[in-house]
Amino acid sequence: MADGAKPRVKAPKSASAGEVVTIKTLISHKMESGQRKNKDGSVIPRSIINRFTCEFNGTSVIDVKMEPAISTNPYFEFEAKIPESGDLKFTWYDDDGSVYEDVKTVQVG
Amino acid sequence: MDFTRRDTLALGAGAVALTVLPFRVNAAGEDAIAAFTGGAEVAEGGVNLDAPEIAENGNTVPIGVSAEGATAIMLLAMGNPTPGVATFNYGELAGSTMASTRIRLAGTQDVVAIAKMADGSFAKATKNVKVTIGGCGG
Amino acid sequence: MNFKALTAIAALMVAAPALTFADPDNDTLTINGEEMVTKAPLPAHLEDSMLTEIMSGWHFRNDDTQAMQMDDFDNPGMLAVEDAAAAWDTVEGTAGKSCASCHENVEDSMKGVRAVYPKWNEKAGEVRTLAMQINNCRTENMGAEPYKYDSGPMAAMEALITVQSRGMPVDVAIDGPVADTWEKGKEIYYTRFGQLELSCASCHEQNYGNMIRADHLSQGQINGFPTYRLKNAKLNTVHGRFKGCVRDTRAETFSPGSPEFVALELYVASRGNGLSVEGPSVRN
Ligand code: HEC
Ligand code: HEC
Repeated sequence: MADGAKPRVKAPKSASAGEVVTIKTLISHKMESGQRKNKDGSVIPRSIINRFTCEFNGTSVIDVKMEPAISTNPYFEFEAKIPESGDLKFTWYDDDGSVYEDVKTVQVG
Repeated sequence: MDFTRRDTLALGAGAVALTVLPFRVNAAGEDAIAAFTGGAEVAEGGVNLDAPEIAENGNTVPIGVSAEGATAIMLLAMGNPTPGVATFNYGELAGSTMASTRIRLAGTQDVVAIAKMADGSFAKATKNVKVTIGGCGG
Repeated sequence: MNFKALTAIAALMVAAPALTFADPDNDTLTINGEEMVTKAPLPAHLEDSMLTEIMSGWHFRNDDTQAMQMDDFDNPGMLAVEDAAAAWDTVEGTAGKSCASCHENVEDSMKGVRAVYPKWNEKAGEVRTLAMQINNCRTENMGAEPYKYDSGPMAAMEALITVQSRGMPVDVAIDGPVADTWEKGKEIYYTRFGQLELSCASCHEQNYGNMIRADHLSQGQINGFPTYRLKNAKLNTVHGRFKGCVRDTRAETFSPGSPEFVALELYVASRGNGLSVEGPSVRN
């Protein structure tokens, strides 16, 4: 799944100091649960994104442990406090070792 | 013959197709809770769990959680073969202790959210979600 | 409707009282703040049908499913649109061309296209669905392999082209050179298929609004295609959906891209003349 996983992030480009902003993220990924069987009856091996993190200028906003029960194309909505201008960094960790990243800059002032 | 739509429906009441997948429970859910709480007491209330009463499809069920003063919230689908869904760990710059996501439910069951509070206590909310078998029309 | 068809339908209907009858709702569909027409007056050709008004399938879904279509960010179908936007610019085939080589900007060149498809192609002397036209460009203009008719890449390219017409009224022609095909499609629509002896109309014209096996029956409109279905978590094409519907009557189904399904698509599209192009929509 290393190729084809594409992150999308919706975050405001600007905020006032200390403002709480809403963030939405979506990434294309099958999230194969390891519980499905294919036509010949063999189990399709698990392949999921198992962790998602969001940091602002290196400080954690949220760190999510993900299990196979998260739907295909994982979606999260949460809130971050923006103390100053800087970068929101988003990271998704795949079972296969791949890491997908996205960065959004937020201006304060 | 002149049937209205509702008459047609009444005829159907005799020959029923199962509406809702059956409720399931397994012990794994309780185990997962114990692992998260370390066996500590879990209070009811103080956690908001936003889930549909009836989900149109178990494959993509929107769920929202929030708990004032939480440092982490664990979400469980008690009737799934593997009950764990996600654990949200809130950092210093979390704007609030809420999160929404979309989850898979293998049938009608209880969804549980357990919040770990800053003072080390635990609180919980439970919601039953009915999962319908649609699937008609391909 | 004859009695046998009635009992077949009845047998599929649900008994749980809380779920049995749920009228389509009166919510308003806005997508990224733009209001869509989801209920419209009957097109003239439907005046002898049992419908009184035409309605998008969106009204028959529950609030959560509806909400996923109201903002492009929440709509997972838009992921496929992004894939197709990349494919649009990708050179493929022996002619060394991409879609963009000839059509440039998809936003401008494809605006309004979805709303009038399927339509007559004068040069080829045939009714063409959007999928047929896309494949025609791939094979004839690019020297590339055609997409499989109801495959993911095809659904994605259809979605990219569809988005450029979003909010415009469906307006497919039913007369002139397409009249014969349209009549054939209409005939298929009202033909009872399978062991259950059900036609498209048995479900989508006579029983829309009812619950069938816990599914809220819509008018079976295609103004929202391609649709992202929660069930299989991907974009679904019109013919893919037709196939599933015919299979549910326990009949042998036509194959995607077959002349029968092309005719049926033209006819079903025309039943939605006046509704907004809504694709990619979100359905259960
Ligand atoms: C070499 C030039 C060329 C390339 C490359 C090309 N097309 Fe076309 N396309 C045309 C021409 C010419 C027409 C009008 C043809 C006709 O009416 O038969 C057309 C028509 C269309 C139409 C119908 C527009 C309408 O108003 O009805 C669609 C949709 C379309 N192309 C999609 C695509 C897609 C998608 C690709 C890439 C996969 C593509 N085309 C690549 C030349 C091209
Ligand atoms: C046994 C009843 C039944 C029959 C017969 C049937 N369908 Fe369906 N169809 C359904 C159900 C149930 C759904 C899913 C709920 C809904 O949108 O109506 C559906 C969905 C659809 C949709 C998707 C609508 C949307 O908004 O996305 C289309 C299009 C459709 N059907 C077309 C057809 C066509 C064309 C035929 C005839 C070949 C047909 N159906 C026959 C039951 C049926």
